[in-house]
Amino acid sequence: MAGTGTAHMRPDGDRVLTVTDLVVEFPAGGGQKVHAVSGISFDLLDGETLGILGESGCGKTSAGRAVMQLPPPTSGGVTFAGTELTGLSPAALREQRRKLQIILQNPVAALNPRRKVKDLVAEGPSVWGGKPDRKRIEEVLEAVGLDPATVWDRRPHELSGGQCQRVCIARALMLDPRVLICDEPVSSLDVSVQAQILNLLEETKARYGLSMVFIAHDLAVVKNISDRIMVMYLGKVCEVVPSATLAEEALHPYTKLLLESVPEAGAEEGTAARENAEPPSPLNPPSGCRFRTRCPLATDRCAKEEPKLRRAAGGHHVACHHADV
Amino acid sequence: MEQSTREQGPVLSVEDLRTEIRTERGTVRAVDGVSFTVGRGEMFGIVGESGSGKSVLGRTIMGLYSTGPTMTVTGKAVLDGRDVHALPAAERRKLWGTGVGMVFQDPTTALNPVKKVGRHLTESLRKHGGLSRAAARAKAEELLALVGIPEPRRRLDQYPHELSGGMRQRVVIAMALAGEPSLLIADEPTTALDVTVQKQILDLLARLQSELGTAIILISHNLAVVAGRADRVAVMYAGRMAELAPAGALFAGPRHPYTEALLASVPQLGDPPHTTLQAIDGTPPDIAALPPGCRFAPRCRYARDDCRAELPVLTGAGGHTFACHHPVTTGGA
Repeated sequence: MAGTGTAHMRPDGDRVLTVTDLVVEFPAGGGQKVHAVSGISFDLLDGETLGILGESGCGKTSAGRAVMQLPPPTSGGVTFAGTELTGLSPAALREQRRKLQIILQNPVAALNPRRKVKDLVAEGPSVWGGKPDRKRIEEVLEAVGLDPATVWDRRPHELSGGQCQRVCIARALMLDPRVLICDEPVSSLDVSVQAQILNLLEETKARYGLSMVFIAHDLAVVKNISDRIMVMYLGKVCEVVPSATLAEEALHPYTKLLLESVPEAGAEEGTAARENAEPPSPLNPPSGCRFRTRCPLATDRCAKEEPKLRRAAGGHHVACHHADV
Repeated sequence: MEQSTREQGPVLSVEDLRTEIRTERGTVRAVDGVSFTVGRGEMFGIVGESGSGKSVLGRTIMGLYSTGPTMTVTGKAVLDGRDVHALPAAERRKLWGTGVGMVFQDPTTALNPVKKVGRHLTESLRKHGGLSRAAARAKAEELLALVGIPEPRRRLDQYPHELSGGMRQRVVIAMALAGEPSLLIADEPTTALDVTVQKQILDLLARLQSELGTAIILISHNLAVVAGRADRVAVMYAGRMAELAPAGALFAGPRHPYTEALLASVPQLGDPPHTTLQAIDGTPPDIAALPPGCRFAPRCRYARDDCRAELPVLTGAGGHTFACHHPVTTGGA
């Protein structure tokens, strides 16, 4: 699962975010390192939604956070609207981050429990010395589907999970961002509320002209909201695919495994080959293609040589030696 | 149920079960009059959002929740001919060892981090099964093999932290199976797991159901998880059963507006990107302050005046029942 390739990059496009050779490693004691993200590249066009899909431990969250420089990546470049973010001074980075906002998985934990909604939403601009007027806060609260009069003086514990996520989105919008990074924004919400937030993100994106990186593990959710999907496995990119063709035209064996694993009404047991293997440790990832230990197509070549992203039909890119391109 | 029909009758029969929990904010009716039966070897699904009472129901059936200082349980849960809540505490403990097993959501917290995998299994085998140390160990190894753990002998001497999440959940399932129960209650058994591992665990449960003939209650918030596996599915909303039907009928032609809305709100892989989802307005009700009448009425697009006044009861025929004054007819069951 190599994904060190750059065949899927679009240097001619109107790119708002460009990430090249991103590496994120964490020390794990005993001289070992967790290889969370191992040299991935991707870009985000203006107005586009890029979905990053993968299971836990695939590095999707680390990649999203590294874009925000939270913390800065071990190596690699992150160019946002023409500015290279790595190596910026803290003050210059803060300036850039206004335009680059993140929405987190657990909205209740993301909000200071002691502050009221009005202060939570006003927090971003107030950091910059401005005191946003009441009208502006009300406008943004309405934009995220909250009734300002009701929630104005409430604290997070008086709101439901879905409402807290709406407050988090409002907080991000107060700074007029260009790019929104959503890290599993709906996975802690109930099914019926999840749809509300997904619809809200779509509306918000259109209304404020945002570009979005949407990180999640749920295939149907990612497909619903994204234009383009990047599938990650153990810190590498497997496949970059236009979201409309994810279900029918997936090429990579890992993407196919994910698709087969989606529980469905009427699915019978044992349609896919029994597959008991689990992801290897990111402390000591396999050589060559990182998926080879679970891959039905794996050969000697996969252990020796890391596959690079190759172009397939229809804007589709896959990093596999054996996929039919 | 007659004692003589114990072997032929349903493995579990729940009659008007109510669990009331006393809290600072008043009495919460977490489970409010639920009745159903589970047949031998059946996979019975319970679906609901958080706060719907599905977990409390599972625990009440098991007798983990019973009348005490903070809660009141009324109604009956008859397991293999024995009313769980009428049993003395010692008998109930025996039941947990042999009649019913439970698989919890988070395998990491369900296992004791300072006990080896083997100890988790041999404990109940020795206490309830009366096996010798060596026999219990052999049986434990057999159980680990049964739930698909490679190298079971080596695993017996490992601690839970040395196993992956999926493997831990397999150990929890093996523990629940140790006493050869006739009913397994799996409360969100795959929610803490990755998609690919989730499929493995669901496959395992289905295999155990068919090979061992164990009845399974599969509780989940995820409709799809339950849809593909269960024979019959109950949809819970705010402590009550909204709809109960064979899985195929429920998904093909839901009659309760909540079931219909829930199915429509889930994004489908087959839909094109950027399909606007049919979200359900509002949020599930606070069960400490329930609306009068039908509990779904405030969020229901078919709600009329009678819905807000009178609580609907389960009606219907042919095993497809629903609690609604104005059931959905399109797609008819």
